[in-house]
Amino acid sequence: MRSRIAKVVTIAALAAGLAACSSVSLDDQAGKSGADGSGVLDPFNPQSILAKQRSVYFDYNSYAVSDQYRSLVDTHGKYLVSAPQQRVVIEGNTDARGGAEYNLALGQRRAEAVRRMLTLIGVPDTQVETISFGKEKPKALGDSEADYAENRRADFNYKR
Amino acid sequence: MTHHTSPMNSLYPSSILSAFKNWLNIIVVTLLIGFGLTANAQLRVDISGTGAQQYPVAIADFSGDGAGAQVAEIIRADLTRSGQFRLISTAGTPLTYATPIAYDEWRKRGADFIAYGTVTRSGDRFEIKYRLGDTVKRGTLDEISIVGSEKELRRMSHQIADRIYEKITGIRGVFSTRIAYVLKRGKTFELQIADADGQNPQVALRSGEPIISPAWSPDGSRLAYVSFESGKPVVYVHQLATSKRFPVANYKGNNSAPAWSPDGNTLAVVLTRDGLSQIYLVNATDGGNLRRLTRSPLIDTEPSYSPDGNTIYFTSDRSGSPQIYSVSAQGGEPRRVTFNGSYNISPRVSPDGKTLLSVTRRDGSYRVASLDLASGAESLLTQGRDDQSPSFAPNGMQVLYAANQGGRSVLAGVSSDGRVRQTLSVLNGEIREPTWGPFTNK
Repeated sequence: MRSRIAKVVTIAALAAGLAACSSVSLDDQAGKSGADGSGVLDPFNPQSILAKQRSVYFDYNSYAVSDQYRSLVDTHGKYLVSAPQQRVVIEGNTDARGGAEYNLALGQRRAEAVRRMLTLIGVPDTQVETISFGKEKPKALGDSEADYAENRRADFNYKR
Repeated sequence: MTHHTSPMNSLYPSSILSAFKNWLNIIVVTLLIGFGLTANAQLRVDISGTGAQQYPVAIADFSGDGAGAQVAEIIRADLTRSGQFRLISTAGTPLTYATPIAYDEWRKRGADFIAYGTVTRSGDRFEIKYRLGDTVKRGTLDEISIVGSEKELRRMSHQIADRIYEKITGIRGVFSTRIAYVLKRGKTFELQIADADGQNPQVALRSGEPIISPAWSPDGSRLAYVSFESGKPVVYVHQLATSKRFPVANYKGNNSAPAWSPDGNTLAVVLTRDGLSQIYLVNATDGGNLRRLTRSPLIDTEPSYSPDGNTIYFTSDRSGSPQIYSVSAQGGEPRRVTFNGSYNISPRVSPDGKTLLSVTRRDGSYRVASLDLASGAESLLTQGRDDQSPSFAPNGMQVLYAANQGGRSVLAGVSSDGRVRQTLSVLNGEIREPTWGPFTNK
């Protein structure tokens, strides 16, 4: 949980940084990395915030995007608006508890919650597909509360 | 059927532990089974509890060929798993098909019924002649001769067990039916089809991506299921005899939860093409004629037809928590069916249409519940931590589900009255998403 908060602080700082240099053409930046690349808005650059911060976490049985992830979704949304050819798949996931099909639907609801935020930012629906893996593709394989929390997630997966 | 060079090498329990008195027997059967295309795996069967009524029956080793003892073992194991029979020992009394039965003596030993017979082999053909004697009415209740190859001996034995079961209980037996489930080993997912006793498994599909929600067509010839092989959930229909398969629902977003209409013509599926999970109907043959069944702003999933095809039960969180609803298969206003607790999913209606199975969360555990649709009376059939994916045997007497045992998912069964439980565990894999197949004509 502590690392999650640290992540959020980092995202907020980066988002603020990005806002400050918004006059730089995004296309010019794509593919090139700066000093550490973190300021680059390129989902395929591993140093970019779009590659490093691409997960929204959820509470148990919840699909509400909590306030701490709004800036993350905002960053991805603004990038997508600026790159209208870029498609993204939002992949919803759940923890292992409960039925396979209901979890598939719940994961979809999480992905949809993120997509709706993107829509509000102005991202056209044609750029976004939402799918769910339910509980079928867990990132954390254990059954501790920390493992469950890691798996209650929606990921931005950019398509080349 | 695959080759079965050393069939039926099971160890029938030599003793039933009497320490638990009559109301609780525990039987452990360890069987070695061939795993279709793969290496052998060991299957362990545990049974506990006994039925409300138990018919005392003696099953003599069939005489003649050496396979006769194995035929009798398969019949005994089938009847034992049902929980509806108490086996009377036939030790020291060799019987052939033609032996005149001393009804009074068997009656004295406690058997109301006695099954006996002879196996004869000519070349690679086996003939099983069987008779069922009624020691109370002092006469033959049933007899038949079945011919088949060595690899068909198991199936022939199940057929005889089905006859015994039906003659004595008046209910059609399910020992010749099949089950489907997903076996996960490491990162490999296999959709397998096995006999109702878990033996003779065949691999229908092997994938490095998840497979969920297998559903039998009403005639048992096809399976619909959800495969993630293309990177997302897509519904396929798979012809078992030919292994031909095609995506029957592959729309934007998720495609999942297939359910067959009883006439086999229509599949209910769950799509997210219009947003959240909603229930749609498509033609089972080609995926055509897509039409939307439910319209809610929230989750509608897990459709399941009533046996008459008129009603579809499904899971929805429209009330704020997942509950089971019913709706006309023609569409219309859904009606809420479950009210106990905050998590009721995975509806399945009994073959007589009177009972609804579901998975319910109670005190943090997921259990299989049985709801009497007329009275609303509910009972919990299972006692596990994570019991999922229940389905009825086609005669309604047993329920198959997935249970968690020592952190692994195993195949489990319970009688519909909750009295007899069994688990079948594979030692090197996890069994998920089991579903019991229909009756099929021989």
